[in-house]
Amino acid sequence: MPSLSPTMTEGNLTKWLVKEGDLIKSGDVIAEIETDKATMEVETVDEGVIEKLLYKEGEQSIPVNSTIAILSGDNNEEEENKDLPEQPKDNEDSSISTNNIVQKSSLKEKKQNIDTSLDENLITMRQAIRDAMAEEMRKNESVFVIGEEVGEYQGAYKVTQGLLEEFGPKRIIDTPISEQGFTGLAIGSAFKGLRPIVEFMTFNFSMQAIDQIINSAAKILYMSGGQINCPIVFRGPNGAASQVAAQHSQDFTSWYAHCPGLKVVVPSNAYNAKGLLKSAIDDDNPVIFLENEILYGYKAEVPADTNFEIPLGVANIALEGSDATIVTYSIMVSKSLEAAKLLKYKHDINVEVIDLQTIRPLDKVTIIESVKKTNRLVTVEESWPFASIGSEIVNIVQNEAFDFLDSPIKKINSADVPMPYSSVLEKKYLPQVEDIILAIEEVCYIQ
Amino acid sequence: MKKKLLKKDYIKIYTYMLKIRRFEERASQLYGMGHIGGFCHLYIGQEAVVVGVLMTIKNNDSVVTSYRDHGHMIARGLEPKRIMAELTGKSNGYSGGKGGSMHMFSKENNFYGGHGIVGAQVPIGTGIAFTLKYKNQKNICRTYIGDGAMNNGQVFEAFNLAALWSLPVLYIIENNMYGMGTAVNRAAAGSDLYKRGESFGINGTIVDGMNVFQVIDAAQKAGDFVREGNGPYILEVQTYRYRGHSMSDPAKYRSKEELENYKLNDPLEIASQEIIKKKIASKKDLENINKKIIKEIKDAADYALDSPFPADEDLYTNVYL
Repeated sequence: MPSLSPTMTEGNLTKWLVKEGDLIKSGDVIAEIETDKATMEVETVDEGVIEKLLYKEGEQSIPVNSTIAILSGDNNEEEENKDLPEQPKDNEDSSISTNNIVQKSSLKEKKQNIDTSLDENLITMRQAIRDAMAEEMRKNESVFVIGEEVGEYQGAYKVTQGLLEEFGPKRIIDTPISEQGFTGLAIGSAFKGLRPIVEFMTFNFSMQAIDQIINSAAKILYMSGGQINCPIVFRGPNGAASQVAAQHSQDFTSWYAHCPGLKVVVPSNAYNAKGLLKSAIDDDNPVIFLENEILYGYKAEVPADTNFEIPLGVANIALEGSDATIVTYSIMVSKSLEAAKLLKYKHDINVEVIDLQTIRPLDKVTIIESVKKTNRLVTVEESWPFASIGSEIVNIVQNEAFDFLDSPIKKINSADVPMPYSSVLEKKYLPQVEDIILAIEEVCYIQ
Repeated sequence: MKKKLLKKDYIKIYTYMLKIRRFEERASQLYGMGHIGGFCHLYIGQEAVVVGVLMTIKNNDSVVTSYRDHGHMIARGLEPKRIMAELTGKSNGYSGGKGGSMHMFSKENNFYGGHGIVGAQVPIGTGIAFTLKYKNQKNICRTYIGDGAMNNGQVFEAFNLAALWSLPVLYIIENNMYGMGTAVNRAAAGSDLYKRGESFGINGTIVDGMNVFQVIDAAQKAGDFVREGNGPYILEVQTYRYRGHSMSDPAKYRSKEELENYKLNDPLEIASQEIIKKKIASKKDLENINKKIIKEIKDAADYALDSPFPADEDLYTNVYL
């Protein structure tokens, strides 16, 4: 099973294009593989006769690097794909040749995926986000999706999969690579009464459009003395993915959270992604909705109720505890929960984990109440340390709960450098479970 | 179709152009007295552009422009006294004193600003046109662009999108010959700004913006083209601003002779001469109009100066809906 995207850990064998006994030559397409982002054709490098196909068509969740077929004439019976040359990994980039991509992943297919999972209510975060958009689009004709590859490509990260088929090209709008142009256009359309959902292929590209987001969308209500509002959602993957390096790995939470007029939402799982996104689309203000690419494939139980919403501005206590508090958001919630579990096992201490869910407006009350209970605080986030969300929380807590603190607050961030490429350095750059454990031990004065 | 001007149209043309000029002169005075602060960009010299276009519009059309917007608001039919109140930072200004000269809006009049970032209004106006098309409305969005913005990247992104999706947007380039202090020929490679949509398949034309009657004809044609569902169009209107870029600009980058030369073609003079020649009104009639306008603008200034400043608590309103 070849790795065909930066975040792919397993793949589905959609189709064999060869059968046992076939003679294959270098360059022949032998199978269709559904990755976490698209359905791709796989070509062989080696030549020989297919001796055995080890997986049946339709088999799912085959781990990357598993042997899927055996080729005879291959001296050491190596697996078919092991020696594949570098496949284009970044299929959200234009560098990939189009004949390598089969755009047939449809809504129907997706539903089948849900059906085959163990629990029918378990869906991935990307499905939850898609469902949230589809449900709101069914409710309100003014809601539309605009961005790069959201339509015919079915979403660079498969998030908009099936939407074009249901809503048509008037409401699922593929754009050229013109972030400033289509963002400004969407903002203008919102001034005039529509409710756009702007998908940034990744939030790294939102920098091309940040003037429009801040100077036009965030400030219009204020500048117009309350006359014109801008009901718009900017969404897309944010933060580090996997080895996409400096220009494609960055957490923009504190950039946007800095600005009055914007709301900033940071889901941590499929459940709150759906509930929060539906609230965001319903909101009459511009909302920045920061999705973590790694979390797209994670499943959670999500209510099918089309009225399910989670209000913006309310934090969730993901784990109750009494000995120390972790305030965190997005992907760091799961790392913090893991750390909490290990700390319970290791020292029998009960850590409370607060998932902020929304950064702006910030649920200060939940943070302060928790600190008053546990008297110890660690903030955990993926962003750079300088002027981060943690920096603001430290300020709020020292102001409003100073006398309740039994130890200095610890703040965990990524390293204060651009994201490196090498996997070893990338891991070192990002906060890890061990870092969180050490910080909790420190605030609890455990040697 | 060429617009046939009635007698009342001629009077309207003259009245609006003069109102804009008198308004800007008074604004300049109030700026000098410290009642108006910040950046203040005057429209004096360019009156024929917006008034010429005004004569060709339908009521529910939308308009968006950059920061040199006072004249646009007056032409849109907004009240001079509330514009002046905004300039003086008062609570009954169009933005409640929170926008100022560069950021004024009137949603009920489909006036979408007043934008302070060069070029930003161009994708926005294109987006307003997108909504009109999305909702199957027959109106168009007139998006004004300064010559300086014509070298800004997002303008071309917007042109591409407008042409790609055949949006009902009329781009009007107000070429006043200088982007701040930089002459067009020192900023734009290739002098014909109206041709800059050609590679997107957007047609354009150019007109003398000192002559309001020529602007009317060109704007009528351009507006009809867009209104008929042919997609975007670019109209370049060549004009000249008599004052500096903003109040704080001494305009040392151009000669006195150049300015005086343009003043020989003063748009108000051209309009009044035509009106007198056509015997639509006498010199005296026009002088009476002038007197009425002077009074109206003085009243507007008094209204603004007498108006209350926003209350402290207004600082925190209108951030979120």
